[in-house]
Amino acid sequence: MIPKQPRTHYLNISYGFKSWLFTTDHKRIGLLYLVSITLFFFVGGAFATIIRLELATPQGDLVQAETYNKLFTMHGVMMIFFFLIPAVPAVLGNFLIPLMIGAKDVAFPRLNLLSWYIFNLGALFTIYAVVSGGVDTGWTFYTPYSTTYSNTHVLATGVGIFITGFSSILTGLNFIVTIHMMRAPGMNWFRLPLFVWAHYATSLIQVLGTPVIAITVLLLAFERVVRIGIFDPALGGDPVLFQHLFWFYSHPAVYIMVLPAMGVVSELVAAFTRKSIFGYDLVAFASIAIAVFGFLVWGHHLFVSGQSVYAGMIFSFLSYAVAIPSAVKVFNWTATLYKGSVSYQTPMLYAFGFIGLFTIGGLTGLFLAAMGLDIHLTDTYFVVAHFHYIMVGGTIMAYLGGLHYWWPKISGRMYPEGWAKLGALIVFVGFNLTFFPQFLLGYMGMPRRYHAYPEEFQVLNVMSSAGASILAVGYILPMVYLIWSMRYGPIASSNPWPATGLEWQTSSPPPTENFEEIPVVTWEAYEFAGQE
Amino acid sequence: MAENHAMTPHALAHHFDSLDQQREAGTLGMWVFLITEIMFFGGLFLTYILYRSKFPHEFVAGSHALDIRLGAFNTAVLIGSSLTMALAVYYSQVGSRRLLVTYLTLTMLLGLVFLGVKGIEYTEKFEHHHFPGADFQWEDPAQAPALDGNPGAGKVDGRHVEMFYWIYFAMTGLHALHMIIGAGLIAVLIVLAVRGRFTAEYHMPVEITGLYWHFVDIVWIFLFPLLYLIGRHE
Repeated sequence: MIPKQPRTHYLNISYGFKSWLFTTDHKRIGLLYLVSITLFFFVGGAFATIIRLELATPQGDLVQAETYNKLFTMHGVMMIFFFLIPAVPAVLGNFLIPLMIGAKDVAFPRLNLLSWYIFNLGALFTIYAVVSGGVDTGWTFYTPYSTTYSNTHVLATGVGIFITGFSSILTGLNFIVTIHMMRAPGMNWFRLPLFVWAHYATSLIQVLGTPVIAITVLLLAFERVVRIGIFDPALGGDPVLFQHLFWFYSHPAVYIMVLPAMGVVSELVAAFTRKSIFGYDLVAFASIAIAVFGFLVWGHHLFVSGQSVYAGMIFSFLSYAVAIPSAVKVFNWTATLYKGSVSYQTPMLYAFGFIGLFTIGGLTGLFLAAMGLDIHLTDTYFVVAHFHYIMVGGTIMAYLGGLHYWWPKISGRMYPEGWAKLGALIVFVGFNLTFFPQFLLGYMGMPRRYHAYPEEFQVLNVMSSAGASILAVGYILPMVYLIWSMRYGPIASSNPWPATGLEWQTSSPPPTENFEEIPVVTWEAYEFAGQE
Repeated sequence: MAENHAMTPHALAHHFDSLDQQREAGTLGMWVFLITEIMFFGGLFLTYILYRSKFPHEFVAGSHALDIRLGAFNTAVLIGSSLTMALAVYYSQVGSRRLLVTYLTLTMLLGLVFLGVKGIEYTEKFEHHHFPGADFQWEDPAQAPALDGNPGAGKVDGRHVEMFYWIYFAMTGLHALHMIIGAGLIAVLIVLAVRGRFTAEYHMPVEITGLYWHFVDIVWIFLFPLLYLIGRHE
């Protein structure tokens, strides 16, 4: 039987710019975010392209050192604050959390729309900084360089990040209240999909951490404008205080990026093994544990910043401790595969990619949490490779997997499976070719953030640049066929995989109010038995 | 509050099942927001603690130059405004429009008194060149100013007193900004209350604005001893 689309759904209930720009429907807001972050992803990607082109040769021949500094700074700022942090929560989280818990919308729909405007306003400031000459401090804005010496657009970028932070705070706040207050009858905490648990943990970090970066950026801006001396040793201030405040947010921010991705992977693994996630409770609590421990490890960014060796030991120990809940998740996903009926559709390929790459990224993180080894590896390409394995290999893999998995729900159409599998393969190969050589480069001592390097590093750098061009194809391909599928893809049924979860019980695409009738939940999460 | 509802016009938003659910959601949302505020002020408190322990003498010297009488008066004003706010919330719950408007107005007036007194204090600081920046001057007639930036016992380095004043202005300024926002929110509530928008069933905005107002008061309860009182006897 050919599935039929419902006559009216959230996409066709109203038309025109106004119906989108003033919408309070969480699904439409999710799509607004999708448009914004896709744009910023390609801006950030363009900077990465020039970086990899420059690094194809040992000489600094394409751009000058100053330009190169701006390129890697703007690549980092764009990708982290305007793509990775909002990617999964603001797009997939917004779209799915009310559907998954059986609600009509998030708790504060207008606040939700406001957060999208705030996000774009912040982005506007940052884009202004980019087009008017850029900023060259690195995305970390270390003082006193950022406050005293850099004569680039630190202020506009800082204002942009400050403003965007509030969109992140509001999204987190909205999710926390939504998950507490809006669950359908019978949907108790331990029947929630793990995606929701992961977003709850993420929201805690957003709510607790983001205000700290806001006040830090505010102090940085004051310091830059009027020399208040809080970070300036000449006036009795302490530049390392900035590093503490910055990483107090920015390390947990890594978990803002990866926790929702883990939530996506839990859904994918369950759906494509047709089994309940092994150790549901453990995976749920591991999310909370990561959020809590994540706040206590920022000092591992300061091993070489004159932090006391005893503080270093504690931070090192706690950083190892974070590996435990992370490993719990990896082991439980793997255990779920055992005796499951695994099907290798595109979302699952991305999930496999995530598990493998996240494991490599996580284990190399332990190298860096070891104080002795970290001194050798600090500010080398080893660090660059490590966090790209987490953020690109982890988060973007899961984001793409999730986008494919829920695409039928979002658009009402199926994506072309053959092209999608090819795309997943290209991303995987391109990613590893880009970033694995960087582990070797870093271990051999190539420092990050230089536009020229000794000739013996060229072979590995050329491999990395070649990989980046493959990766770029892998990212453009899904954009092309997903847009194509919105018009030409086969009509999707309400539950094409088929999977559990309330979002699959309503039509594809769902009506504006999500459900014809608010569901009453009497089953556990991922209860495949008896579903068919 | 956009959609109409048969029972309680304008009050119940379309995505909630009941006014109770809506009120609880609003209250929880405000609590979560206040937690973000604690973290936001937290960065400044950390800065305060760090530099207080680094420059104890300068902080005491700077603290001595603040007007403790005005500070104490303002503390009393704010505690009073918390009382009137609590009464406003109470009368919104029992559905008394007249007393709700009265106490909201009183709360806003007390808030404006606080801001006025703060303005007087700030003006005084400007006049004495205690506002940090290019115009900042610090003269301590009792003690010779230290020259090398190394505060020994009894010696006070003006640059570090300036740091105290930075932190003073940052913390009280951020607090005053929250007061201004709070007074604006109460002004909106007064208009809505006069129009009869609040009933014994629907008064969630009064409640959550009350939470916000108490929070801003509590911040001051910490700021007053930290900035005005500690080390005063030295």
